[in-house]
Amino acid sequence: MRRRALGLVGFASGVFAGSVLYRRTLGRRRARVDVYFGDGSMITFVDGSPEADALLPIARDALAAVRQ
Amino acid sequence: MDTTQALADLTEISSQVEAAVLFDEAGEVAGSTLPDEQAGRLAASAAELLARAATVGENGGEVTQVEASTPDGSVFVVREGARRIAAVTGPDPTIGLVFYDLKSCLRDVGSGSDADRPKRRRPAKKERESDEA
Repeated sequence: MRRRALGLVGFASGVFAGSVLYRRTLGRRRARVDVYFGDGSMITFVDGSPEADALLPIARDALAAVRQ
Repeated sequence: MDTTQALADLTEISSQVEAAVLFDEAGEVAGSTLPDEQAGRLAASAAELLARAATVGENGGEVTQVEASTPDGSVFVVREGARRIAAVTGPDPTIGLVFYDLKSCLRDVGSGSDADRPKRRRPAKKERESDEA
């Protein structure tokens, strides 16, 4: 009986941990910046890169300006 | 076409655009869908975004467009000559359509006429069954 209860608790803990992991990784949209150049080329900087770290705060300021 | 009409057309045809501002290379606001103070802040941020984007890329070419996407929304900036336009949308916009509409708006302001611009058509409303019968 006790072993079965422990198994159920373990299963529930696993499901909970899995859902948290999913929300933190796959479920979250990643911020990024696409920069387009005059020659038709484009570069994407994903969140966490030095370039995105320089550009995303400015974009957040722009969003804040509109939604204040 | 004046800036007020061009921006009114933009927000009418592009429901994804929450706010937009037209400004020049000096950051001077030419027109906006926002009150003056907010328009100035959006134009300043957009100008800074363009300027910083030009320095971070290894390409070295002229930056013509920037889209910054966050979970809270996206910021678009387009430049054409001395004119610039910036817009804010919600999360996950249709990027190509927003850029198209922003460029069309810039051209409207620059050309003084929209006679030769191909208009993006709104989706046709479904005809009522009674009309078909």
